[in-house]
Amino acid sequence: MLRLEKLVKTYKTGDQALQAVDLEIPEGQVLALIGPSGAGKSTLIRCINRLVEPTSGKVHLGNVELTGLSTGGLRRERRRMGMIFQEYALVERLTVMENVLSGRLGYVGFWRSFLRRFPQSDVDEAFRLLDRVGLAHMADKRADELSGGQRQRVGICRALIQNPALLLVDEPTASLDPKTSRQIMRLICELCKERGLAAIINIHDVALAQMFVQRVVGLQLGAIKFDGPPEGLTPEVLTSIYGEEDWEATIEDVDEDEEIEVAL
Amino acid sequence: MSDTAFDVQTRIGQPWKKPPFVRRSWLRWTLILGFIVYLIAAYLTVEVNWSRVYEGLERGKKFILAFTSPDFTSRSGDIWEGMVESIVMTVAASVVGIAISIPIALGAARNVAPLPIYLICRGIIAVSRALQEIIVAILLVAIFGFGPLAGFLTLSFATIGFLSKLLAEDIESMDRVQAEAIKASGARWTQWINYGVQPQVMPRLIGLSIYRLDINFRESAILGLVGAGGIGATLNTAFDRYEYDTAAAILLIIIGIVMALEYLSGVVRARVQ
Repeated sequence: MLRLEKLVKTYKTGDQALQAVDLEIPEGQVLALIGPSGAGKSTLIRCINRLVEPTSGKVHLGNVELTGLSTGGLRRERRRMGMIFQEYALVERLTVMENVLSGRLGYVGFWRSFLRRFPQSDVDEAFRLLDRVGLAHMADKRADELSGGQRQRVGICRALIQNPALLLVDEPTASLDPKTSRQIMRLICELCKERGLAAIINIHDVALAQMFVQRVVGLQLGAIKFDGPPEGLTPEVLTSIYGEEDWEATIEDVDEDEEIEVAL
Repeated sequence: MSDTAFDVQTRIGQPWKKPPFVRRSWLRWTLILGFIVYLIAAYLTVEVNWSRVYEGLERGKKFILAFTSPDFTSRSGDIWEGMVESIVMTVAASVVGIAISIPIALGAARNVAPLPIYLICRGIIAVSRALQEIIVAILLVAIFGFGPLAGFLTLSFATIGFLSKLLAEDIESMDRVQAEAIKASGARWTQWINYGVQPQVMPRLIGLSIYRLDINFRESAILGLVGAGGIGATLNTAFDRYEYDTAAAILLIIIGIVMALEYLSGVVRARVQ
């Protein structure tokens, strides 16, 4: 479904954020991308929808190659990639509804969007999605009136209303408390399952990643150091990704968490 | 646990001071003393003719006393006409100026516009800001003749420099991620501006627009002095005829309107936050 071929990103400062990354994600797979700060996780997912231009390499989404696309072509393909951000990235002075509907901008013309006259089907879908995440009653509130968890759920609706084939998720829980973090991760993973979406989730909370995903990729200094199921994250593997540290606590933590998960 | 060699023992018991902005002390003191010497020398070169000041005090007193008996009536027709002309000039120039400023501000924001457009728009702003209103007004009066047309054009031109520059700076300091999120949905450029940028800068745009309306009204009173129409022309005539009571009346009206605009801008800005 998504295939990265020798993807390289070198910033103008000379920092090599990605060093020839190869990665293939089949239809409907949810993948967690872990790694220390500065490992290139954000750069990697931004290179996929070209919010950051990759220096070289190829990105195939289905049978379309993204790096060679013109502006218009790129816009069309971006509609198939929903993005969820760290710190939510809602437009704060717009209403919740406008934020959700902004996910449809790639499908409607300028004047329709300017006059906020979206097709009825888009409005209906927006309400359905907001209802699915429990926020339908907040539609006319301004985005900056919402709490962190609520904002992220609006962010999820905005990504899903694009009707994407792939979700790019950048640190969805970084500014949320532990409980809300889990709720958000669970919601994202459930929605991916319901809709058969593939997803790349950048996350620095290893335990949280292990709890929800089928596959973990570990990135260090722009290179893949680990690719496998969550159970494969042994202390040795974590050391190779993050450096020397006592990992037993983190891993034990996971076991406890899983028990709690079952109890819930 | 420290990463670099730093012997903390040499610093224990020593007072700590913030490092000075200019590190070399001789340079720091040269700059400070040099500035003080220059300042004193500069004040000494300003000549004051005290006998002239004494004579002038009498005229000043007459002028200020006129405010106690402003004459709104004897030239009410002229005042009314001048005022209407000024307000028309102000509103028309503000609307046109703001309408032109918005695209230029977008072009002058480095995070929105490509480099060539950025340079052109910054150039337009620089020209507009470099030419002071009075100079532009004198030129335009020479081209279009006496009257409010020259004033209207002058104020429109001045509005562009002011509003584009400040709005562009606001666009440059906006939250990049909010705009990025809109871009990631596949929005086209115009939609991106409308959804990602506009909501972030709207309060500032409204605040600046009202502030500029206020400035334009005050400027319109000055522009009359060089023949560009408006209440300034009436004021000028009053001064020329030594009718200080009429001049006082005009100034009081200007002060009243500026204060009303000030109050209005406060109310509007509080509402659009």
